Amino acid sequence: MAKRRSLLQRCVTPMAEIPRSAVLAVGIAMWAFLLCGWLILSNGGLVPPMFLPTPAAVLKTGWDLLQNGTLLVHVWSSAEVVLAGFIISSLIAVPLGLLMGTFPIVQAMLEPVVNFIRYLPVTAFVPLFILWIGIGEEQRITVILFGTFFQQLIMVSDVARQVPKDLLNASYTLGTSRASVLWQVLAPAAVPGVLDALRITMGWAWTYLVVAELVAASSGLGYISLKAMRGFQVDVIFLAIAIIGALGLVTDQGFRFLRFKVASWAQ
Amino acid sequence: MGAIGNSVMVESPVSLASSPEQVAAAPRAKLRVDNVSLHYANRKGGITVALDKVSFDVPEKQFAVLVGPSGCGKSSLLYLAAGLSEATSGRILLDGKPIDGPGADRGMVFQGYTLFPWLTVRQNVEFGLKRRKLPAAERRDIVSHYLEEVGLTKFADSYSSHLSGGMKQRVAIARALANDPQVLLMDEPFGALDSQTRMQMQRLLLRVWERSHKTVLFVTHDIDEAILLGDRVLVMSARPGRIARELTVPIPHPRSMDQVMEPDFIALKREILELLHPERESDETD
Repeated sequence: MAKRRSLLQRCVTPMAEIPRSAVLAVGIAMWAFLLCGWLILSNGGLVPPMFLPTPAAVLKTGWDLLQNGTLLVHVWSSAEVVLAGFIISSLIAVPLGLLMGTFPIVQAMLEPVVNFIRYLPVTAFVPLFILWIGIGEEQRITVILFGTFFQQLIMVSDVARQVPKDLLNASYTLGTSRASVLWQVLAPAAVPGVLDALRITMGWAWTYLVVAELVAASSGLGYISLKAMRGFQVDVIFLAIAIIGALGLVTDQGFRFLRFKVASWAQ
Repeated sequence: MGAIGNSVMVESPVSLASSPEQVAAAPRAKLRVDNVSLHYANRKGGITVALDKVSFDVPEKQFAVLVGPSGCGKSSLLYLAAGLSEATSGRILLDGKPIDGPGADRGMVFQGYTLFPWLTVRQNVEFGLKRRKLPAAERRDIVSHYLEEVGLTKFADSYSSHLSGGMKQRVAIARALANDPQVLLMDEPFGALDSQTRMQMQRLLLRVWERSHKTVLFVTHDIDEAILLGDRVLVMSARPGRIARELTVPIPHPRSMDQVMEPDFIALKREILELLHPERESDETD
């Protein structure tokens, strides 16, 4: 039997598989390294606490805000806005994107406009939205809607376009009508790709949320972050950032789980 | 409509519609390709003639094979027969009725893998039966019969991503046959398979066909495959695609792979080779 390559050799071989334990180990090591760096910089007094809080201070602030209930109010306020904007956007973008990818006439009509709009930074529209809609929750929902919708439309239409034409042809020769082929073949074939598109755009929706809240809001994680800046409460800023990251991670894993459940055939 | 009625039979269109028995009584082809041409615009701005006035019949229960070099339009012809694309001129008739769009009466097995990946093997075979709204019990019986035919009963609940190429094509054959089409169109179904699997599939198809005697139009560029499977071989020439010759295969059924070595088979193979590669002969005589 040939001599097995050592772990080190495998780690430096391009595209070689490495054991799961190694994957886990380096993942944890990276986090530990970052945390250690933070501890040394903050607790070691290398950076003044006004600019960099200690991990313990952030945890304590988080605990305090959780106890007096304000944290959950702000988390929910942000989550509500993200979910509303994201769901409204998805409900329109997914069907429309499927039509756009399926019917060249719909694509020819929408694509020139969509491609123009989707390169406009959503931040540029914030002043306009404030002028039109005000500074309420609707304004923030609109920012998220606007930021995700056009991206979703293009991504979903690409998914639909990649469904092999011979799948449709095969279904026609089995007696499927032109009208029902959309529902019988195109939609199920697009499910995994659509879920991937939703998962990716969900991440963007969280990004736009903070943009919207930094500018005009009276609650939410972006809002407490901005308020904390004025009061030099750097621990609250850190907390808000960590929570946004954690919520993003949770929704991402949620989509992965959903994709695994409803489209396990695509794995 | 008048023109169509005239060429089918010299009677008024009214009696054509009212007496289908009379139509069926006449000895006629199951599938008739009638003067079909296919032109399309190419990139240089010119016109490519993919098929040029092709005519032939496939009688009921015949296994007909179209063989020809790549680009001779043999696959295009199959797509036309399936109703998946439109001819520039001419028409194709099934049981005397001109084909206008795809339908379940013409089953097709494609060159690429076309199983629905979100459905299991069983659900794939059931797909056409569901469209036809057959009762569940009947569907179950038909599906298990055809899975048995192609030897995939054990994989009934697998998804296509877990199947090999040969198995996928076996499911595709079962799916097409389960729908009980009038004609089975097969577009180089074994073209992507390795030679061992391809031989297995040919054996399997022979066995299945010898039991069902479906009317088949099969496209291939493999001459051995054409002779082994076909009752009749239609040799096509390329650019423009035309039927160069029709040959009857005199080998009786049941057939086996051993017949590839027999003199009848080899003589036929030589004849087709010379039709497809006339330059070969001149190379040798030079």
